[in-house]
Amino acid sequence: MSEGQSLQRTPLYGCHLEAAARMVDFAGWEMPVQYTGVIEEHRAVRTAAGLFDVSHMGEVRVKGAGAEAFLQRLTPNDVSKLVPGRAHYSGLLTDQGTYIDDILIYRLAPEDFLVVVNASNAPRDFEWIASRAAGVPDVEVVDESDRYALLALQGPQAASIIAPLASPDVTGLKYYGFTQGTVDGVPALISRTGYTGEDGYELYLAPEDAPRVWRRLLDAGAVPAGLGARDTLRLEAAMALYGHEIDETTTPWEAGLGWVVKMDKGDFLGRDALAAQKGQGVPRKLVGFEVQGRGIARQGHTVVSEGGTVGAVTSGTWSPTFEKALGLAYVPPEMAAVGTALAIDVRGRALPAVVVEIPFYRRAR
Amino acid sequence: MYPRDYLYSREHEWLRVEDDLCVVGITEFAQQELGEVVFVELPEIGQVFNANDELGTIESVKAVAEVFTPVAGEVVEINDAVVDDPELLNEDPHGEGWLIKIRFSSADDLKIMMKAEEYEEYVQSGEA
Repeated sequence: MSEGQSLQRTPLYGCHLEAAARMVDFAGWEMPVQYTGVIEEHRAVRTAAGLFDVSHMGEVRVKGAGAEAFLQRLTPNDVSKLVPGRAHYSGLLTDQGTYIDDILIYRLAPEDFLVVVNASNAPRDFEWIASRAAGVPDVEVVDESDRYALLALQGPQAASIIAPLASPDVTGLKYYGFTQGTVDGVPALISRTGYTGEDGYELYLAPEDAPRVWRRLLDAGAVPAGLGARDTLRLEAAMALYGHEIDETTTPWEAGLGWVVKMDKGDFLGRDALAAQKGQGVPRKLVGFEVQGRGIARQGHTVVSEGGTVGAVTSGTWSPTFEKALGLAYVPPEMAAVGTALAIDVRGRALPAVVVEIPFYRRAR
Repeated sequence: MYPRDYLYSREHEWLRVEDDLCVVGITEFAQQELGEVVFVELPEIGQVFNANDELGTIESVKAVAEVFTPVAGEVVEINDAVVDDPELLNEDPHGEGWLIKIRFSSADDLKIMMKAEEYEEYVQSGEA
């Protein structure tokens, strides 16, 4: 089978071609990596508003009288504290406390949840959730990935762009709050979430409605933005990306995501391993670094010290906001303090870098 | 799009022969693939290369690309302007965005390179 035949397309594929996007294979999906250029799209999101197609994300519906208790045991964040109309960030963890995926959980109703997962893990995540729900009374798990197109409208002008199109009013939504209403007259779940470090909204739409809403938001002033800018934006905000900062070898403690783990909520999958690691201390920590020489440290480059490998870069890029090379890396805890000098092996050359505070970028509120 | 008097490599370098010197750069196709260039790293003047040696690297926001010299010879000039202002590579890859001048040691290296029409066919074929 050729590559072209096997790639999936989102309902917005035609819109991307219209906008002259450069399309790439991302996790089995034919997705726009850029339209006019990563830097320009990145700056549009930081200063105005960008519009992303993230319809490749997976959605798993978990319903029933047993749904809350089931998710409470499956995930590390406290689902009992999640009220209808709110979402929270969480994870799917192995019994070793390592990541199968990072997820968002929306509580649609007391007995109705929508779990949003990464495209690259979607089939495995569904299998993971469904197999653990098998035999559990009053829990129904349905893969609803095909039922949703997902747009992310991000940037300081996101609220003013969506305000005239959305019903009910969404300008008062709190961060991680959502509402089920309409956008431009079509049904939408509108949530105040995002992956850029800016204010913004994510819109869950019926696939057939998505192209019209996409065009409407562009007409209202949003700039189409691709996966390239999505990556530089999330990296400046130091948000984890599966396959980079987190994977089946990393725990939330190591990744700096301990805040999603509610150890006092009762038992959950991975809790024992996480309790043990908390007692022993982590073998490595995720840090942010700034390159001090000329060059870019990228995923896979190693952090070296006295000739030996002591860590690894998980993500690295040129930062359009700061106009320097930034990245995230795992290092031993004793090298994690802000100000620590690092050397990163970039194609056989030691590139100097220094540990800095993360997130690199924090929007003014 | 691709100057007729240049020669092209499969790795998307171009050459312009000026007497016993070659000006070397990367093609429009290559700069488009890379996207916005943020660093250009070039060799020192006087460095000697065999054909197909790596002579430098180009970093864009998204990726890093190695640049190979299609011809053997000695580097006699580097384009400091493109090091200082890497955007030149995106704006004018076949002109202001040139990388180095090399005094080539054998004209045989030029024979295997593509002419503009061949290179255009090559990038359009999807094999590139």
